[in-house]
Amino acid sequence: MRIDAFHVTALAIALLGAAVTIFDLIPVNKFYFFAGYVVLQYVVLATAWNIMGGYMGYVNFGTAGFFAVGAYTSVVLYNLMKAPLILMIPVSGAVCALLGLGMGYLTLRLRGVFFAIATLAMAIVLETLIVNWDYVGGATGAYILRSREIAPFGDYVEFLFFVMLVLAIFAVTVARWIERSKMGRGFAAIRDDEVAAECTGVPTLRLKLVATTVSGFLMGVAGAPFVLYVGFVEPSSAFNLVYAVNSIAMPMIGGATTWLGPLIGALLLGTVQQVATVTISSELNLLIVGGLLVFFVIAAPEGIVGLVRKWRGRGR
Amino acid sequence: MTGERLLEVRSVTKRFGGFVALDEVSIEVGKGERFGLIGPNGSGKTTLINCISGTLANDGGEIVFKGAVLDGRKPHERTRLGIARSFQIPKPFRSMTVLENLAIPLEYASGAGAREVEDRGMAILESIGLGNRAGESSGKLTQIDMRKLELARAMASEPELLISDEAMAGLSSTEVDDILEILFRMNERGITIIMIEHIMRAVMRFSERIVVLDAGRKIAEGKPDEIVNDPEVERAYLGE
Amino acid sequence: MFTVDLLLSALVAGVLLGGFYAAVSLGLTVAFGQLNIVNIAHPAFVILGSYVAYMCNSRWGLDPILVGLAFTPVFFLIGVGAYRIYYESFERRDDEALRGLAFFFGVMFIIEVGLIMVYGVDFRTVQAPYIGQNFKIGAVGVPTRMLVPFCVSLVMFACVYLYMSRTFNGRAIMAVAQDRLALQLMAADPVRIKQLGFGIGIGTTALAGALLIIIIPIEPSIGRLYIGQVFAIAVLAGLGSIPGTLVAALVLGIAESLVATFFGPSWAPAVAFGILLLALAFRPQGLFGR
Repeated sequence: MRIDAFHVTALAIALLGAAVTIFDLIPVNKFYFFAGYVVLQYVVLATAWNIMGGYMGYVNFGTAGFFAVGAYTSVVLYNLMKAPLILMIPVSGAVCALLGLGMGYLTLRLRGVFFAIATLAMAIVLETLIVNWDYVGGATGAYILRSREIAPFGDYVEFLFFVMLVLAIFAVTVARWIERSKMGRGFAAIRDDEVAAECTGVPTLRLKLVATTVSGFLMGVAGAPFVLYVGFVEPSSAFNLVYAVNSIAMPMIGGATTWLGPLIGALLLGTVQQVATVTISSELNLLIVGGLLVFFVIAAPEGIVGLVRKWRGRGR
Repeated sequence: MTGERLLEVRSVTKRFGGFVALDEVSIEVGKGERFGLIGPNGSGKTTLINCISGTLANDGGEIVFKGAVLDGRKPHERTRLGIARSFQIPKPFRSMTVLENLAIPLEYASGAGAREVEDRGMAILESIGLGNRAGESSGKLTQIDMRKLELARAMASEPELLISDEAMAGLSSTEVDDILEILFRMNERGITIIMIEHIMRAVMRFSERIVVLDAGRKIAEGKPDEIVNDPEVERAYLGE
Repeated sequence: MFTVDLLLSALVAGVLLGGFYAAVSLGLTVAFGQLNIVNIAHPAFVILGSYVAYMCNSRWGLDPILVGLAFTPVFFLIGVGAYRIYYESFERRDDEALRGLAFFFGVMFIIEVGLIMVYGVDFRTVQAPYIGQNFKIGAVGVPTRMLVPFCVSLVMFACVYLYMSRTFNGRAIMAVAQDRLALQLMAADPVRIKQLGFGIGIGTTALAGALLIIIIPIEPSIGRLYIGQVFAIAVLAGLGSIPGTLVAALVLGIAESLVATFFGPSWAPAVAFGILLLALAFRPQGLFGR
């Protein structure tokens, strides 16, 4: 992997994040960390979704399922051994990677749309399992007691914000690396024409399994700190359809064929939603997301990135 | 057939439900041969090449390529072994440029490193007359260029056997000659070619040997002039 | 606790439930199975139908089934309009796989959130003389709130089946996914045929929605749960088979009823999705596919 401007920028952002959260270089209202965490969490989810959906053309409706499994894996680890977050994140990721691999293995040999339907089904089967599993609180949910403060960050939310920032940078870096690699070109070939891809030497099934595994891993990672963030998790919040909708809408609105698309979509839509939940009702807020999704898929299939490219092309 | 065998199809059968698409079809193709496969619509030509390239699994019989049994191998493995095909209805990777289309088989089938891709891809495009289209979006090509791209992409996997599935359907007479010339040149470079074609003038001129399929069975085999005079073939094409 | 009476009750309830499922999934069998349009918003349209029935029933005291019938043409036109958008934006551009799916997902979400904004998340019910009565056959109770929807859905099912198998347009709908060329030779325009078929698919949801709210109280988000049921039935039926849909619906209804009776109702949602996952993994061609 060559180091370029992207990596320098990413590192700079991470350092800035550390400076703000650890050394409190700039005084920032605690609310911004609280809201920023959610936006960054969507950067991870949208980027993860896009590896499967945007690069390869396979729609995953089950983001909420992966996210919740990540969150509940943390609950289990906490109940078992009071595990620290640093352990929760890789384990949640690994569990969701396996889940993705299993899902992929069961359905990816079929037509693409069956994968989409199966992901919807999976989210609901998993929710039913969790609702009926008393160890993690069943339908009533589970509490996790976390300290209010953590060294050297001070406030715990600032720590979580920093963790999610690192995860977001990690996810985007992975997605960008995939996009520019031989694997990414194989993904694009599958998206354009799967039969032609297979007949030109692309091991389509293997690449599809890699994609679901990586995508599942990142979604699980995004869910891992969730319980610590909210302190209390119940099936209806962890499996909330909002995660599925946003993780589809954000890449579609940003532009699904590049790593930049989900990033822009998540930052934009995520921020708007954080502002909007304070000012307008959360239903109206969601209605706007749905409306934007439908509008963009019809009117601007390449998303904001595509619009900008077109506009630039015209300017030349 | 004379000389070394490259491909053997041994009593291959393929059923779709109760419908028998291929009924114990056997063919042999020699190394370096120009081989024609003809037959009326629905006679099983495309089914047969789908079985050879691996996009369909045959129900009976076996397919042997360079002495190795192919059954159970995935299409991409067969491509890497040296079997390439073009598609009757062109299937370009539409989001990519013409050159990027070739990068896929170059990287995935013939093991080219990222640096070699451009040079090798351009060389193939030049040889096939698409050199000046390299940077264009592949979805916007004309019919003839789309067909050439199919052949170029097949070439990029460095095949020993190329199966050309109706690469000339719907083209004008000069365009047909254009494609024929490309195929002749490939053959001169040692690539064995199976041509499936409805345009009789082209198959007859191109093929050294022809097999005729009808209703999933092989009804004739021989040199072009023998095929033309075969009463079975006439019956299959014209009805009784 | 297992008794023969309990088993019999569960079976009867399952058959009644299955008949109703047939009505709910019929439209999807047409849209997904025959026209190859993956309309995941289908259950959302069913819920929309339920709320139309609720509104007319609570405001003017109209019979929900009659409301469902009366709104069938309206829903038919909505379906026609939705297909036009789908065709122009996705199918014609060969872009159904990613954006077409995202489109229906967005539509589903808009319907759900729209209903929440208007009606809130409270459960709603309808009033009708046949709701709340029971009669007994031996020890087995048969609630009329199940029996009436069961009968209505069988009638609707029979009508659609006859239309599809006996009329020119119906047969054209059955043929369109398989063979566009043959259709063109018959001088039928595939786009218009698909538009008609999709219209019928959405049209059935008006009545199916009315039946749903007769059977159980509803709130906007339960539509999502029915995604499992309708797709499980459509896949299990062998895509596009109308008689297969009825059998698959009955199988699912009985399975759910048995699970709810013997394991508890909280497990019921997993049955449909479990069957769907199993069907996709092991028998994607359906029970009746070859």
